Amino acid sequence: MSLSTDDVKKVARLARLAMTEQEMHTAHAQLHNIFELIAEMQAVDTSGIEPMAHAQELGQRLREDVVTEGNQRELFQSVAPQVERGLYLVPQVIE
Amino acid sequence: MINASLKQLSSQLAGKKISSVELTQLYLDRIAALNPELNAYVTLNPETSLAQARAADVRLAQGKGAALTGIPIAQKDIFCAQGWRTTCGSRMLENFVAPYDAHVISQFNNAGAVNLGKTNMDEFAMGSSNETSYFGAVKNPWNHKAVPGGSSGGTAAAVAARLCAAATGTDTGGSIRQPAALCGISGLKPTYGVVSRYGMIAFASSLDQAGPMARSAEDLALLLNVMAGFDERDSTSLQRETEDYARDLAKPLNGLRIGLPKEFFAAGLSADVGAAVEAAIAEYKKLGATVVDISLPNSRLSIPVYYVLAPAEASSNLSRFDGVRYGYRAPEYSDLTDMYEKSRAQGFGAEVKRRIMIGTYVLSHGYYDAYYLQAQKIRRLIAQDFVEAYKYCDVIMGPTSPTTAFNLGEKGDDPVQMYLSDIYTIAVNLAGLPGMSIPCGLGTNGMPVGLQIIGNYFDEARMLNVAHQYQLATDWHQKAPAGVNSDK
Repeated sequence: MSLSTDDVKKVARLARLAMTEQEMHTAHAQLHNIFELIAEMQAVDTSGIEPMAHAQELGQRLREDVVTEGNQRELFQSVAPQVERGLYLVPQVIE
Repeated sequence: MINASLKQLSSQLAGKKISSVELTQLYLDRIAALNPELNAYVTLNPETSLAQARAADVRLAQGKGAALTGIPIAQKDIFCAQGWRTTCGSRMLENFVAPYDAHVISQFNNAGAVNLGKTNMDEFAMGSSNETSYFGAVKNPWNHKAVPGGSSGGTAAAVAARLCAAATGTDTGGSIRQPAALCGISGLKPTYGVVSRYGMIAFASSLDQAGPMARSAEDLALLLNVMAGFDERDSTSLQRETEDYARDLAKPLNGLRIGLPKEFFAAGLSADVGAAVEAAIAEYKKLGATVVDISLPNSRLSIPVYYVLAPAEASSNLSRFDGVRYGYRAPEYSDLTDMYEKSRAQGFGAEVKRRIMIGTYVLSHGYYDAYYLQAQKIRRLIAQDFVEAYKYCDVIMGPTSPTTAFNLGEKGDDPVQMYLSDIYTIAVNLAGLPGMSIPCGLGTNGMPVGLQIIGNYFDEARMLNVAHQYQLATDWHQKAPAGVNSDK
């Protein structure tokens, strides 16, 4: 499977990364080499092998449905780029 | 004092031979003198460190000191520490002051240790040379033209240059073991789930594991005693009986079976590293161990598998950096999407963007089965190789890294060359096993060589025993880079 420049454009868009044409070009060449490295995987016969998603195969631990976190809005918003009256500010999305 | 073990420091502190304030000041002075050149620390907070030291001295005076009370510890800048700038080596978090403590940080605080500062690292722990840090590369204290390894390179350099008593690191594909090897120190990546990931900025969550980095196995055991333990805030933290990781240090090694994977001694291993590792194995035979030839046939696939799985998880974890709730926001943008795209493009460095792109691609529609699912299946084959091998041996040994420290800039333009430097460490993360690196010699260029010791699940105490016995019989771990050993 070889990666086209259109693929790189699409991926950059999906990943929300702005890129210049030049950056796109460099990324294309480097990703191509990385995917050549990864291609070695494709030849392996994995029929009947269960995917391993995690190092410790444990069930999800459950806890009592009780409030454990207090309200720390001011503390958490103190590190936000733009806040007004307790709200995070972003560019207008709805006209 | 700067070469004292943690046990010795602890007893000096308890016996009032030195105060924590004096010890902390000694390290702060060393950092002020040596860090401008080495760049091992990115954030210092001397007032806070000294306040912690004063509190530790009060605690010690009351006779309430624990094993690490009053000891100055450097923290990798991936751990959130309340009130400390926590950057993860990225412009994205250049001004991020953590509003809470990571579990690891609270554990050290509860023990009464002093947070000496935050150490430099590859951006978001993605790198093997520390060159991807937004705050500049760290220099290897043994040779300032060489890399310290990565991603915990700042920590490794700080420990090697005696700029802290001990420190923490994290290891997703070798990020504790490889820099430990390249800087001539000891480092341990515990079994996945032993140390809580709460408050540790996520890279690849199914692989990330924190661990200690220090100058000896004995020190590592004392640090792990503080770091390990169940934490309900990490859904993968394991509920287990509390262990004393130092309990087996003194055991003799008679009858220890060491597995040597033939794949770890094949083409690609530089001759000087191979010779140092062989010499260490010979020393182990003298100490009563026997050697078994084993094979990890799928380990050659660990790099391709890792470079699918880790970027996939990273692309998901790093989607949280959108310039809204915390982190960098671009100064100019036209609309919401433009703000996301520009903030992320400007906030992340090249390697991080590359990995986000790989991850986004392998998870995208039409490629998921061929890449992500296939990689997860091979991950199981890699893990099964170890299960099979441990039928015949107690620990596995080999080199940590195929070469000694390479030069800054040497692998700069070719990501694939950089990725290959983790060939011996990655399989351990994929399997979730514990692994460590201890110094075992010097290469032809005079740079340190690391011996990798891989244990079975939850076998940290035995690995530390195996490493400690070697360190009683040899002095490689006591070798220090020239110029840092001016004790006072």
